[in-house]
Amino acid sequence: MVHKPSSPIVVENPWERLSAFTDARIGLGRAGVSLPTSKLLAFQLAHAQAQDAVHCPLDVESLASELTQALGLSDPPLPLHSHAQDRATYLQRPDYGRRLNDKSREQLQQAAASQQRYDLAVVVVDGLSALAVQQNSAPFLSVLYQTLANDATDWELAPLTIVEQGRVAIGDEIGALLNADAVLVMIGERPGLSSPDSLGLYMTWAPEPGLKDDRRNCISNVRPAGLQVEEAARRFFLLLKEARQLKLSGVKLKDRSEDDVLEGESGAIGSTRNFLVAD
Amino acid sequence: MAQTYHTTVGSRSYRFASLAELMAKATPPRSGDRLAGVMAETAEERVVAQMVLAELPLTTFLNEALIPYEKDEITRLIMDDHNADAFAPIRHLTVGDFRNWLLSDHATSEVLTSVRAGITPEMAAAVSKLMRNQDLILVAKKCQVTTAFRNTIGLPGRLSTRLQPNHPTDDVTGIAASILDGLLYGSGDAVIGINPATDNVAQSVKLMRLMDEVIQKYQIPTQSCVLTHVTNTLEAIEQGAPVDLVFQSIGGTEATNRSFGFDLSTLAEAEAAAQSLNRGTVGRNVMYFETGQGSSLSADAHHGLDQQTCEARAYAVARKFNPLLVNTVVGFIGPEYLFDGKEITRAGLEDHFCGKLLGVPMGCDVCYTNHAEADQNDMDNLLTLLGVAGCNFIMGIPGSDDIMLNYQTTSFHDALYARRVLGLKAAPEFERWLADMQIFQDISTHRLNDQLPAAFANSLRHLPKEPRHGA
Repeated sequence: MVHKPSSPIVVENPWERLSAFTDARIGLGRAGVSLPTSKLLAFQLAHAQAQDAVHCPLDVESLASELTQALGLSDPPLPLHSHAQDRATYLQRPDYGRRLNDKSREQLQQAAASQQRYDLAVVVVDGLSALAVQQNSAPFLSVLYQTLANDATDWELAPLTIVEQGRVAIGDEIGALLNADAVLVMIGERPGLSSPDSLGLYMTWAPEPGLKDDRRNCISNVRPAGLQVEEAARRFFLLLKEARQLKLSGVKLKDRSEDDVLEGESGAIGSTRNFLVAD
Repeated sequence: MAQTYHTTVGSRSYRFASLAELMAKATPPRSGDRLAGVMAETAEERVVAQMVLAELPLTTFLNEALIPYEKDEITRLIMDDHNADAFAPIRHLTVGDFRNWLLSDHATSEVLTSVRAGITPEMAAAVSKLMRNQDLILVAKKCQVTTAFRNTIGLPGRLSTRLQPNHPTDDVTGIAASILDGLLYGSGDAVIGINPATDNVAQSVKLMRLMDEVIQKYQIPTQSCVLTHVTNTLEAIEQGAPVDLVFQSIGGTEATNRSFGFDLSTLAEAEAAAQSLNRGTVGRNVMYFETGQGSSLSADAHHGLDQQTCEARAYAVARKFNPLLVNTVVGFIGPEYLFDGKEITRAGLEDHFCGKLLGVPMGCDVCYTNHAEADQNDMDNLLTLLGVAGCNFIMGIPGSDDIMLNYQTTSFHDALYARRVLGLKAAPEFERWLADMQIFQDISTHRLNDQLPAAFANSLRHLPKEPRHGA
């Protein structure tokens, strides 16, 4: 049977221009009922980038020197490692990623031997995206350090640490060992197809090992195409000040902004008006 | 006093301290059981456990609760609702005999329906541990579970889809765009279901109204659901919101469900409230549940059970409340519970089998996260296997990419692939609508219309000229 010339191999979707209104992969067109080659490969590229983000190791040395320079540190950040020795173990044993290995624990105990108390310990953790940490740490911390320096109150900062194969909760052990009142964990979040570089911020007041999620506050999606570092630093600083005032963190510190109705980018408050039901 | 189990293979003797341990060690390998420390230590120990399990009478599970009756309301539900008359034809069987019986020509679709109420989740889980993937497919295919609200889901030869138009900021135009894309690819007969970006009552009501308006305007024989907490939906009903289906994530232990913030009485209240709205036209199944292996371990509420047995117990919760849809979100939880494509595939087939055997209208979110060792090929395989097994429904999302939940599931295209290659159709009422709306040129060969159907061409004229956001 001869293919009719009037019928194209790849059928474009007449509603393709709707893709201007969402990042969802709509209006992709089709070959028969299947994805056209170009759309298939675009997806494969995004998935490859997300997988690379999960599996590429953090370049601790270059990050440490970048942070030393950007923040004007007198001592370089302290490199630490979780109990998970490699990525495969890390992915299957979240419990290992939540605690330090013995060597790192000893290092911290030595560093904290002076018994000095700190207001805040900042802990940079690879998490599920080293890319996110590599890309966003220096820009975010530059703004945060400036904010803290400009504040009327003095903020005594613990030695900056960088952790490989770590999960969020590892910050609680580090904060406790460093005698810090609060800990900020900056961690690479689970990469999405369109967001392989997303950084998460977690804050705990009075950190100690064994705390659960309900004791932490989270600011998510810090990346160039998401939440900007200036806004992220502003929000974090507000949380930190409130935590210090109330001496707590987590659900009890929750702001009420989540009772709001999200309005997205189109439409008036509470309106469901959209092109599908316009008339 | 709980029994212990011993056996000897060659020169080695094996001891299993409890029924829970025996079940766990008989389970095909997966990372969540390793994480929980309940997995068999060697490949041999696993098969030995399966051999010991095969010899156990099914009645063992009626005499020995895996989680004590007085400690767990799911155990009480399982025991109190067990139907001895339905159980009578299989009462004499061991777990191993039960596998033979399920595969045999004695176990027709009618017979399987009639024994359902006599099968407990633990019996289903136990026999599944002895079954190969093809066994799970063959028996599940014989189990038919049909439900209805504005259309009929789960009829033989049908594969439905949940249209999942999620958006990271719940933008109404963005959501509407994904809904239209899905409808024009023939998706959405199981439900149009949104995971809200923000989980509160006001936001949920807004999204319910949005979907209700679309369904009414285009007279779509389908139902909508906002996947918010059951207590939020109850509040929405009180406010007079257009609620078709009530959603809740459920687990197989009372402690899991408490960590999710509900108990069985909450679900009973929700089912009654949604039914009182009388919004269904061809049926009264008003609940939509989601499950997934690993949720009990994740909530530290697994009582030392393996994750697949916990999962099967969740289906006892589901079947109590006559759901329209039950969805095992198999690869969402991550590699610490199901490590790779092989483990996800096995779990998907187990869940579908156990659910169907127990009479639950089982669908599957064939999915993975970017930190799992899985890719689109693994999803193609599981989708095809589940299509063969007679799975009630799968997800449909634009280009497989959920931009709100950051994971990958089956696309609108994928569903059409499965329908075409396996000769499956949409729910009958929805199929007629797709034909009437001229979304398909020829619905019998799954040939889509190259042109924009008239009703929708008109709607596109109402598009704003410029998107308000920067994308």
